[in-house]
Amino acid sequence: MNATAEHQEHGMSDASYIKIAIILAAITGLEVSTYYVDFGPLFMPALLTMMIVKFVMVVSYFMHLKFDSKIFSFLFYTGLGLALFVYCTALATFKFFVS
Amino acid sequence: MAIIERPGTETTPAVVTPQQTLGAVKRPVETKGWREWLFTVDHKKIGIMYGVVAMAFFIVGGVEALLIRLQLAAPNGHILSADKYNQMFTMHATTMIFLFAMPMAGAFANYFLPLQIGARDVAFPRINALSLWLLVVGGIVLNASWFLGGAADGGWFMYAPNSGPVFSPSHGVDFWVLGLQVAGIASLLGSINLIVTVLNMRAPGMSLMKMPVFTWMILVVQFLLVFSLPVITVALVLLMLQRSYGATFFDVSQGADPLLWQHLFWIFGHPEVYVLILPSFGIISEVLPTFSRKPLFGYPFVVFSGASIGLVGFGVWAHHMFASGLGPVSVAVFSIATMAIAIPTGVKIFNWLLTMWGGKLWYTTAMKFAIGLVILFTIGGLSGVTHSVAPSDTQQTDTYYIVAHFHYVLFGGMVFGLFSGFYYWWPKVFGKMLNEKLGSWNFWLMVIGMNMTFGPMHILGLQGQPRRMYIWTKARGGEGLFNFGFWNMVASIGSFILAIGVLFFLINVVKTARSGKTAPLDPWDARTLEWLTTSPPKPHNFDRIPVVHHLDEFFHRKYEEDSAANTMRKIADGEELVRAEEAAADANIHLPAPSYWPIVLATGVGILGLGIIYGVPIMVVGFAVVLFASFGWVLEPSVAEDIDFAPASNDGNTKEIAPLG
Amino acid sequence: MAETATHTADHSTEHGHETSTGLTNNKLAMWLFLGSECLLFGGLISTYMLYRGRVSSGPHPSRIFDIPFTSVSSFVLLMSSLTMVLAVSSAQRGDDRRTNLWLTVTALLGATFIGGQVYEFTTFIREGLGFSTSLFGSSFYTLTGFHGVHVSVGVIMLLSTMGIIRKGKITGNKAEVVELIGLYWHFVDIVWIIIFTLVYLIPS
Repeated sequence: MNATAEHQEHGMSDASYIKIAIILAAITGLEVSTYYVDFGPLFMPALLTMMIVKFVMVVSYFMHLKFDSKIFSFLFYTGLGLALFVYCTALATFKFFVS
Repeated sequence: MAIIERPGTETTPAVVTPQQTLGAVKRPVETKGWREWLFTVDHKKIGIMYGVVAMAFFIVGGVEALLIRLQLAAPNGHILSADKYNQMFTMHATTMIFLFAMPMAGAFANYFLPLQIGARDVAFPRINALSLWLLVVGGIVLNASWFLGGAADGGWFMYAPNSGPVFSPSHGVDFWVLGLQVAGIASLLGSINLIVTVLNMRAPGMSLMKMPVFTWMILVVQFLLVFSLPVITVALVLLMLQRSYGATFFDVSQGADPLLWQHLFWIFGHPEVYVLILPSFGIISEVLPTFSRKPLFGYPFVVFSGASIGLVGFGVWAHHMFASGLGPVSVAVFSIATMAIAIPTGVKIFNWLLTMWGGKLWYTTAMKFAIGLVILFTIGGLSGVTHSVAPSDTQQTDTYYIVAHFHYVLFGGMVFGLFSGFYYWWPKVFGKMLNEKLGSWNFWLMVIGMNMTFGPMHILGLQGQPRRMYIWTKARGGEGLFNFGFWNMVASIGSFILAIGVLFFLINVVKTARSGKTAPLDPWDARTLEWLTTSPPKPHNFDRIPVVHHLDEFFHRKYEEDSAANTMRKIADGEELVRAEEAAADANIHLPAPSYWPIVLATGVGILGLGIIYGVPIMVVGFAVVLFASFGWVLEPSVAEDIDFAPASNDGNTKEIAPLG
Repeated sequence: MAETATHTADHSTEHGHETSTGLTNNKLAMWLFLGSECLLFGGLISTYMLYRGRVSSGPHPSRIFDIPFTSVSSFVLLMSSLTMVLAVSSAQRGDDRRTNLWLTVTALLGATFIGGQVYEFTTFIREGLGFSTSLFGSSFYTLTGFHGVHVSVGVIMLLSTMGIIRKGKITGNKAEVVELIGLYWHFVDIVWIIIFTLVYLIPS
């Protein structure tokens, strides 16, 4: 393992972890606010987008997937992708997304 | 296990004291006799044990099948009651799939995968042992139900709400759920272990596209397992919570959708079909080139079609549910996806045919079984394509036509592949050749028996015999010679011929063990790395880790291209190559030490499971054992730092197996 | 040990650069396991999504969910991911004292979350939502209970690791062990991110 790989494995500095956490906390705050404020038609897309952003941030930065070997990303996102595919298809046959 | 060599003199050092774990329990010291097997972490011993366990369950499942055929041989069968019959076909399928087919593929994978990639063991030897023992515990739990109030009786896919407490009041389904859950954990651990092994422990120079096809197919299978087992786990958990703790998941009176079970089951169940067949595809992809004296035709196509079968296999599950009222859009989509999956399968068939085309075919028993697979699987594959057409499937659903189809692919395909593997690799594992004459009897009786048993079932199915009918009357048998009753009788006679065929294999095994001929190191002029070592292989597999330059590395060490004559010229034989490796053996080889914990942990999991049926106190005991074993496991030093294996030398030194600290 | 390839098994995990991919066995196995867990939680979440509106008897979700309370416990779990990542980073620097400190804080936050879940469950049961009351009840308790079990296992692993580090009995690479537990912990957190949105915030 060369020096850059070594560096990458250690990820980011503690300060940037704290920054990420602050962003995550802010998004969570925004999410909770949808409970009190009416976002109208934006409600569902906004909530799902925020959920995905939080998810990807934790995976990429806290779990180092952004800096780590692509093999790890392949293994994890294959599982995630398959889960989305099979379960969304199954729910679709129950007419879950209609209505 | 570590093997160390000590000089055969009086100055032999004292036995190394293993370090203590948990303050009290030491690592196993005794590595002889039964302990050698119970606490081993050697992938080869574990592989053999997988094989023995699977073969035992093959016999159990086979006897169940014979009882079913006896019951249906003549009108008004009275061998089994309706209730026992339900239990019998449920346990026959469950046993054959989860306790024979998967473990037997696991036996081959465990034994040969590290050898084929030039590794000394799997990535996690203790987890490997744990997988084996969990499987054994799962099998015992499943079959214990026979003696504890009756076995599961809902069919192997255990559709809800029939599997609920109302319609299946005995504990049978509970045992079934727990047994599969435990066996599922075993498979999950095993699959993670084997994937890491393939990705991380290949010999230098062995890129993914230089791996033997068997290894490739096992890799694809393990990915299928990693991603499909959690789905059946969810289904089983839901069913368990409903049966034991009053959940309502499949309770229609509460507004539940029983189709939820069908989806979860088949999202797992269809990849599972490929889990069953791909190992056999891998085996014959080794056997056919070897006995055709030609390289496999279109290696990359075989590999990528295997991988795409795996991927598409996740998108076709609902074709098992065409009759359930999914709606036209879903049916059309899944119907097309199902037809598409026939393409990569067909690609493989043509690759095998073209491998044999123009080859110097050598009809050993292994080769016969491999050719048998190609033919019989194709028949099963064709009837499979008829199921992908939804209107025709609707007519065939739950008739014997389905039974005929999946027995052609599973028995004609999977089982023949496994038997091909037995005959091909037996000399590698045990150093003795299975008898070819008995092998021939074994093969032909199985071919005849299998076609007599499952061939007529196509007709029976189209005549309308329902899949799980336990009795038929003379009136139902119909008139004329080739009636319903006639074909049932033919199928029953066929099943006994089949059983005699299998019996010939067992006789062959016993005979070979007693007086078999010692196998040469390279009896088949084989192609892959597992033959670049002694038979049976030494505990550390290879004296020197091979450096790989070619696909079919072993073959390319024996032959070089003669460009003038456009042929391959033999430059060395296997015997010489193995001797050369021995002469250049590595100086220090570390091998993992045996461990108590895998078998203890597996037992704990079994007790924990029984607690779900028999109450909290037992659960607490099981949990305590699991916790104790987990800490023992974690705190156990996995490898000693200072004990090595020194390779054999010719100066009279003795080798000795010693424990590691 | 001149030949790198002579290493087998667990041993090689300490020397990731000796494997074919250059990655350690343990970490590869952990990511595979997490990929597999996606399908496990996916199944439980889908079951809940299918059944969440099916209330034949007992309270409806919108009546009993206490969003402010759950928001706080979600926040606690989210912050435990921060403390976990700080523990990993300390462990990689070889700073045992801080590793222990951050592991302790993470375990405490995890335990707080579990405490919150126990409180939430007891409140719901008092308000009439039993495990068998309705499809909503069964699937809600199963999903969040499964997640809670994962958090509890995580807390046990954190505490055990601290004990083992303190006694100096850890086998293998200390920083890697902490990192692996970290991966598991973050995964449990991202599952909750999804549950919080899909189960609590989106009304059925």
